[in-house]
Amino acid sequence: MIDAAIQGLLLGGYYAILAAGLSLMFGVMRFINLAHGDLAVAGAYGVLFGVLTLGLPVWAAVLAMLPLMAALGWLLQRWLFARALRAGFLLPLLVTFGLGAVLQNGLYGVFGSDTLSLGNHIGALSWASWTLPGGVVVGQLPALTFLLALAVLGGLQCLLSRTRLGRAIRATATDAEAAQLCGVDAGRVHRAAGAIAVSLAGLAGALLAMRALVNPYAGPAQLITAFEAVVIGGIGSLWGTLAGGIVLGVAQSLGALVTPQGFDLAGHAAFLLVLVARLAGARRFQLGKPALRTYLKWRRA
Amino acid sequence: MSAPLEVGDLSARHGGLHAVRGVSLRLHAAEAVALVGANGAGKSTLLRTLAGTHPAATGRVLLQGVDVTSWAAHERVRMGLALVPEGRRLFGDMTVRENLLVAGENGRRGPWTLAAVLDALPALRPLAGLPAQALSGGQRQAVAIGRALMANPEVLLIDEVSLGLSPLAVQTVYDSLSALRQHGATTLLLVEQDLDRALAFADRVLCMREGTIVLEGDAKELSRDAITQAYFGLESSEAAA
Repeated sequence: MIDAAIQGLLLGGYYAILAAGLSLMFGVMRFINLAHGDLAVAGAYGVLFGVLTLGLPVWAAVLAMLPLMAALGWLLQRWLFARALRAGFLLPLLVTFGLGAVLQNGLYGVFGSDTLSLGNHIGALSWASWTLPGGVVVGQLPALTFLLALAVLGGLQCLLSRTRLGRAIRATATDAEAAQLCGVDAGRVHRAAGAIAVSLAGLAGALLAMRALVNPYAGPAQLITAFEAVVIGGIGSLWGTLAGGIVLGVAQSLGALVTPQGFDLAGHAAFLLVLVARLAGARRFQLGKPALRTYLKWRRA
Repeated sequence: MSAPLEVGDLSARHGGLHAVRGVSLRLHAAEAVALVGANGAGKSTLLRTLAGTHPAATGRVLLQGVDVTSWAAHERVRMGLALVPEGRRLFGDMTVRENLLVAGENGRRGPWTLAAVLDALPALRPLAGLPAQALSGGQRQAVAIGRALMANPEVLLIDEVSLGLSPLAVQTVYDSLSALRQHGATTLLLVEQDLDRALAFADRVLCMREGTIVLEGDAKELSRDAITQAYFGLESSEAAA
């Protein structure tokens, strides 16, 4: 069971990277990008294209894909999401749902329906592991993914708290009109947030292709996972996505101990439990920043 | 020489409601103008339209002679117009220092740096590290004014200066505004419900009713009765009664 919990914790790192972009977009632009999972899969295929067709080393392909995904995010926000957002909350959902369908079928048209993986191209990293005291085996790729998640979230934390762009993003997320009254170009901030979010989705997709098989229609499942991690961790909370991802990963790993189908089932059950607890007003079940606030209030009381 | 702010025949709507009707005004450099009027007179809508957060239906807004009527709010800020909105609208999770920096980093360059604002509004110095949501109403208003100053405005619009503040907090805010007037050449247009305050602080008073400016005059020459008549649309005898 400890072994399963550790595997789940490491899996939470992948979920955190996947969910961070979704959370950032919701936090700043106030809409749920239903194409987020498909954008992650598009990132995976971008890396696969770089490796299989252009012959690039995997990590070089990942580094090349990130700015391309950022540019895609910028353009999507500029030409698609911003226009949809002007028409209320429903249209962005429909537009991103449609974008997801376009991406799925576009990838199918270009790459076909065969499942692909980067696992064969990352050498020993795909199977190498360390054995910890107590016989717990830790895969090097999951450990690397978790460390990458810490680095990504730490980097985002620094960006948001210590840079001009970060302060503008936080101000716009809090009150876009007030931010504009401070001279902030909210549209530009939204485009920057879109670029960051889509490049994070691409990074998550690349990691997904390293640890599993991907196909053009894998996006919606990734979206559900990301959405669950965001909700469990607290919408808009950066480190909450890591907490949410870890809860989800641990629940899935423990569920898989019971039955193979228990992997997905336990994850969804954990999500529903947290959701029900929140709806019931049980604030102490919140994780991440809200939980810290609750704890501090409790300490002061 | 162009006036810092000139407005010609400006109208604005809230759906079917004609909230601002053909307002024209001209603010001179470094003067303080108080805008008074009953609730629903159109004062806040006028300020929001000037700042670019509410669309103008007709008319034009000139900043230092440049027509900015179609400009976005952030572009007007960079041109030298800042609004302290009703309700302060601070970024609650961010510290006072961060609130000030957001405007400083995105507004105009000029003499109002973080250090200069903290010198002008010394009450903010010990609060700089606190989240804005932890402040009292008066402190929030001071931060909102400081934040607007960080954008180095030529024209500063302040909506509902004393609304919801304790008398002590109002005094603190007006002390800050007085210090601001001594500091430089910022032109002030402030919405104020307290007539006595408005008459004591401003050079000029404008009174709005039903979307139009119904009275305009030198603050030292206008009587309280005259403003009250214009405020409520009363005849002289009714006002006296």
